[in-house]
Amino acid sequence: MSPTGPLTDDGLVQLLTPTGERVTHPELEVWAADLTPERLRAMYRDMVLTRRFDTEATSLQRQGELALYAQCLGQEAAQIGSGHALAPQDHVFPSYREHGVAQVRGLEMTDLLRLFRGVDHGGWDPADHNFHLFTLVIGSHTLHATGYAMGVQRDGLVGTGDPSRDTAVVTYFGDGATAQGDVSESLVFAAVNQAPVVLFCQNNQWAISEPTTKQARVPLADRAPGFGIPSVRVDGNDVVATYAVTRQALERARSGGGPTFVEAFTYRMGAHTTSDDPTRYRSREQEEHWRRRDPIDRLRRYLEATGELPEVFQAELAGEADAFGEHIRTTVRSMGRPSSQSMFEHVYATSHSVVDAERAWFGEYEQSYVQHDGAEAGGHR
Amino acid sequence: MTVTSERTGTAGSTTTSSPAAPAVAPFPTGTQRLPLAKAINLGLRRALTNDPKVLLMGEDIGPLGGVFRVTDGLHAEFGGDRVVDTPLAESGIVGTAIGLALRGYRPVCEIQFDGFVFPAFDQITTQLAKMHYRSQGRLRLPVVIRIPFGGGIGAVEHHSESPEVLFAHTAGLRVVSPSTPAEAFTMIQQAVASPDPVIFLEPKGRYWEKGDVDLDAPLPAPHGAAAGADLDHARVVRPGSDLTVVAYGPTVATALKAADAAAAEGRSLEVIDLRTLSPLDTDTVAASVRRTGRCVVVHEAPTLYGTGAEVAARITEACFFHLEAPVLRVGGFHAPYPVAKLEHDYLPGLDRLLDAVDRALAF
Repeated sequence: MSPTGPLTDDGLVQLLTPTGERVTHPELEVWAADLTPERLRAMYRDMVLTRRFDTEATSLQRQGELALYAQCLGQEAAQIGSGHALAPQDHVFPSYREHGVAQVRGLEMTDLLRLFRGVDHGGWDPADHNFHLFTLVIGSHTLHATGYAMGVQRDGLVGTGDPSRDTAVVTYFGDGATAQGDVSESLVFAAVNQAPVVLFCQNNQWAISEPTTKQARVPLADRAPGFGIPSVRVDGNDVVATYAVTRQALERARSGGGPTFVEAFTYRMGAHTTSDDPTRYRSREQEEHWRRRDPIDRLRRYLEATGELPEVFQAELAGEADAFGEHIRTTVRSMGRPSSQSMFEHVYATSHSVVDAERAWFGEYEQSYVQHDGAEAGGHR
Repeated sequence: MTVTSERTGTAGSTTTSSPAAPAVAPFPTGTQRLPLAKAINLGLRRALTNDPKVLLMGEDIGPLGGVFRVTDGLHAEFGGDRVVDTPLAESGIVGTAIGLALRGYRPVCEIQFDGFVFPAFDQITTQLAKMHYRSQGRLRLPVVIRIPFGGGIGAVEHHSESPEVLFAHTAGLRVVSPSTPAEAFTMIQQAVASPDPVIFLEPKGRYWEKGDVDLDAPLPAPHGAAAGADLDHARVVRPGSDLTVVAYGPTVATALKAADAAAAEGRSLEVIDLRTLSPLDTDTVAASVRRTGRCVVVHEAPTLYGTGAEVAARITEACFFHLEAPVLRVGGFHAPYPVAKLEHDYLPGLDRLLDAVDRALAF
């Protein structure tokens, strides 16, 4: 089978073959030059821990501890390679599957699960790690990223030549999102403003049950040049190549060279979410084909072949992953029900008489159960 | 494009071949008789002057000054980086405004006409309205969406609509509408100063009506100001004793004319300008209806599920034993906004309002 159109794997930038051989690329090699064995091990660690996170969260959903969960299984290289290319001052606008990027940015990973647990809509402060809240409406956040980048421009933090100040913005979205009008509008706004934004598309080939052929007739990266935005297709299961192309794109943005569209060609090895059933729409053969191209295996093979994955490191990492798993399970199970009054908080930044009145009424209503039934407030359902 | 820093105050470089910029006139002082559009223009000008983080975004708002000239002269004074001609993409305008607000800016978006807001409806309702809430107050979105709304100008379709309740129904948005030039001058500045997203509905049919504006008056706080001069309260604009007419935006002037006409027949109408639909100031209306016992609500938007329905429900609940008649509504019909030749049959004019007043008084 040799796919064409948006599913072709021709022309992908690759620096690490599926069997873990390091190959060179005339233009992009330089952007991977700083990947020392130590940094590659750090990437490997992030990939392994992200997969553990995915596994634990999926199990917690199956145990009824999470209402829903969206795995990033199979996309670890795309996320962790690009995440490692970011500078601390860069700002990330994720979709809702960017657990690997969150891991690289240093978030408390269990905070991501608060949304899936149903205890809040966004459990972290975006300012802590320059990692915005998840956005569930497909593609909407690409405009927020572009506007944020326009603000970075206005703040004079592009093209200063100071690597600690020059700032880029990256937004993650999927193949399905490319069909959304907002993504096209973000390309328009990014292009005409030459905004310092990297539009990072993870083409995982499936938008729930719809293959990318339902979204496009051409490779997704081919769209961007029509907007005046350079684009690149990269093997999204190759963490080294993903790092290199993202680093190049971020540097272009920071130096005032404008936006770049990156298409990381990868595969959603898991279901869309825990509510999905891929057996209804895709073949075991396809899944097996991509299982053999597992991004973590690829890096592991390379590191092992070069003697850069000592047993002591692997043992330590395995122990760290086990402790991480225990931490996830314990933390999620301890996330309690928020107070019913909290649903009225932060609707507005200032007082709003309708919200205030409804909050007061509902508080009295709940209290009436305490008075009449002796039941705990909030227990009447 | 080279974007210059806001903080340097230098003009943008996006204008390549504009005519020579006209000299900037000094900001007028004292009390001036101004059209409503000019009052908004001066309010925006003052906001741009006072806060370097304020920027205007929209279609044709730059050298043209907007299709209604509300931003006339502002591009020349503040430059293309602060008075931004955007691509023709309303979702993009609001979506990028959200991003700019997250970066610390205070964008004021102009939607060219009411009927063109819907491409941005998703960004406004799913993103702008909810981000403060879902971030547990960590993210503030001080974005103003200016929308010329309502009919009466003989326009083609999609240019005369009243979509206000679609926004008022959405938690997280503040929805206000000025009815006079003086109110417009103050309220647009308060909207810009508000920490919340504000849908600012400009009664385009009244853009050219003049009124006195005190340009030197201090600006009351947007929220919690004394005497209800903020964005949170209605205002009794004409006291009366026999019936309360509730209006906002373009229908306030209609209500005042109705009060004049009723007075000639010995009837005393109290007129309330709601000013804000979210929050809805039920207390001011209820206090009035407890005295008058009768209430008519008038707006251009269709009555089905409209502001009038909400006011009627709340007033019935708050004033049930004071009511002498059911709360009546006067408004648009459950039909698409009609052709221009029929719009004055569709719009709630003086006669239809007085008809409702008569019916309420006859109970």
